Amino acid sequence: MSPPEKLLEARDLAKTFGKVAAVRGVSFALRRGETFGIVGESGSGKSTLARLLLRLIEPSGGGVHFRGRDLTSLGREEMRRERRHIQMIFQDPFGSLNPRMTVGELVAEPMHAHDIGERGDRGARALKLLDEVGLPAAAGARYPHEFSGGQRQRIAIARALASEPALIVADEPVSALDVSVQAQVLNLLLDLKERHGMTLLFISHDLRVVEFICDRIAVMYLGEIVELGDKAAICGEPRHPYTQALFASAPGRPKTARLAGEIPNAADVPSGCAFRTRCPRAFDRCAIDHPPLRALGGERFAACHLVEPAAEAVS
Amino acid sequence: MIRYIGRRLLLILPTIFVPLILVFLMLRLAPGDPAAQILGDQATPDQVAALRHDMGLDQPLVVQFVFWLKGVLTLHLGASFFFRQPVIDILPSYAFVTIQVALLALFIALVVGACAGVAAALKRDTPIDRGLVALAVLGLSLPEFWFALLLIFLFAVTWRIFPVAGYVAPSEGLVASFMTIALPAIALGLRQSALMTRMMRSSMLDVMSEPYIATARAQGLPERRVVLRYALRVAAAPFVTVAGLSASHLLSGAVAIELIFSLPGLGKLLIDAVGRRDYPVVEGAVLAIAIMLAILNLAIDLLYALLDPRVRLS
Repeated sequence: MSPPEKLLEARDLAKTFGKVAAVRGVSFALRRGETFGIVGESGSGKSTLARLLLRLIEPSGGGVHFRGRDLTSLGREEMRRERRHIQMIFQDPFGSLNPRMTVGELVAEPMHAHDIGERGDRGARALKLLDEVGLPAAAGARYPHEFSGGQRQRIAIARALASEPALIVADEPVSALDVSVQAQVLNLLLDLKERHGMTLLFISHDLRVVEFICDRIAVMYLGEIVELGDKAAICGEPRHPYTQALFASAPGRPKTARLAGEIPNAADVPSGCAFRTRCPRAFDRCAIDHPPLRALGGERFAACHLVEPAAEAVS
Repeated sequence: MIRYIGRRLLLILPTIFVPLILVFLMLRLAPGDPAAQILGDQATPDQVAALRHDMGLDQPLVVQFVFWLKGVLTLHLGASFFFRQPVIDILPSYAFVTIQVALLALFIALVVGACAGVAAALKRDTPIDRGLVALAVLGLSLPEFWFALLLIFLFAVTWRIFPVAGYVAPSEGLVASFMTIALPAIALGLRQSALMTRMMRSSMLDVMSEPYIATARAQGLPERRVVLRYALRVAAAPFVTVAGLSASHLLSGAVAIELIFSLPGLGKLLIDAVGRRDYPVVEGAVLAIAIMLAILNLAIDLLYALLDPRVRLS
């Protein structure tokens, strides 16, 4: 079995803001066509990671390779052109749409920016995209404030599609929406991803949402990936104590080993394993040794001293 | 939109009438008698009383007010006690001078303020930004009349580029006319531009931190387009509001400036008329200024609606 093509790869990506280590050496690869989820509590660095991947902020260390090119080495104009292929959907459907532009203009904007199609056709294409996300053509002439949160997120999705990207990074795209609307938007995202043959990087604090939508999941804690693997493996048989605790704290699960306390301050990351201060199974070594993310076999990885690496481990 | 315009038009009425009524009352409550003023020291009390009767000044205040109000509504503003001609004939030439100076000053304030504000915001925390902000603080701290005297000293006395004072009408030569209003307009406008620089800078910084600016960048929009089409358009709305306030400062600042430069504008007319107890002229000048302010406010409100669809549609 040949390994699937890597669309995007983060290599030892790091970002510090002053003393705050928001992202600490994250490495993973996105396969073309998959839906990859990054889950973690607020403050785990997942939004910072998303911004690093799109180079909306400059990394303090490491690199991002997109379709084989190192994004961090690109000049300003080259990077701008590369953005055509990576679009982002933000959490806040109220803030991310310019209130002074009609919905039609908003959706057509990426086409203007990247010179896609004939100028005269862009309006019509914008309406087609709106239709694809389930909004009537009349929506094109209206302004964002006339729409509900769910509708706005549909507009943001239509806009993200406009430049025909290979990758969409969705940062908490449904967490600002009513639960009843969340499923609709998630299903729409999945449909469109299939139809347009895109890859989706989905970031959420909500395990149920990630479980519903993703093929593979990475769990982040204090700026690091602590566990990574197939959805079935992560959700069915979590190995890292943090992942186990996360599942235990989700509503509707048995109340064993729930997570106590809050995520430590990223300006003062605990020594050794960052999770040890909240880990029910922490022991001496955890305060001294930093557990690396190790392969457990079967494309699974975990960063914990208690998890035995597979004998046939391949990195 | 029509309702919005209608509401704005209604709001004009208090803008015009409240100052007029205040002026009417203040003039009549203040000491000094226009009849005695006109007749001079030699007049007998009988002569004064007769003139007071002719001018309607012996009527009760309420009656005077009703006559006055009727006059305002029909634009019969009475005759100047001093010029002995109808006020309505005197006002236009004075108003024209003030409007000329105020518009040029507003133009200077807007252009300088917008450019400096945007530059400071885009170069945030660099020496350019700090320098511009420091200049703006300095500009805000200096009173117009002092600034005007400084300008006269430098450009009219030392370098003799502009005339020291006086006014030339555009009909007697556009360039010469422009030279007479240039310094007053700069004195008025630069100070307001300091205010506008600060406003533009902070509203640009506000907008640039909006999520949709980050979104626009993430989409790969060229930075020039992000600044011009996204940020500037949004930042313009608060800027326009301040410009409106500024314009009213320009009108009031024009009073002092017109005195310094001996410009025959509304401000100078007003000051002189107050000194002469020339009630009809004072009221007429205040009416003219109030109408100018009201039109200005209306224009700002409409511009605001043009800039922000949320105002237009709600």
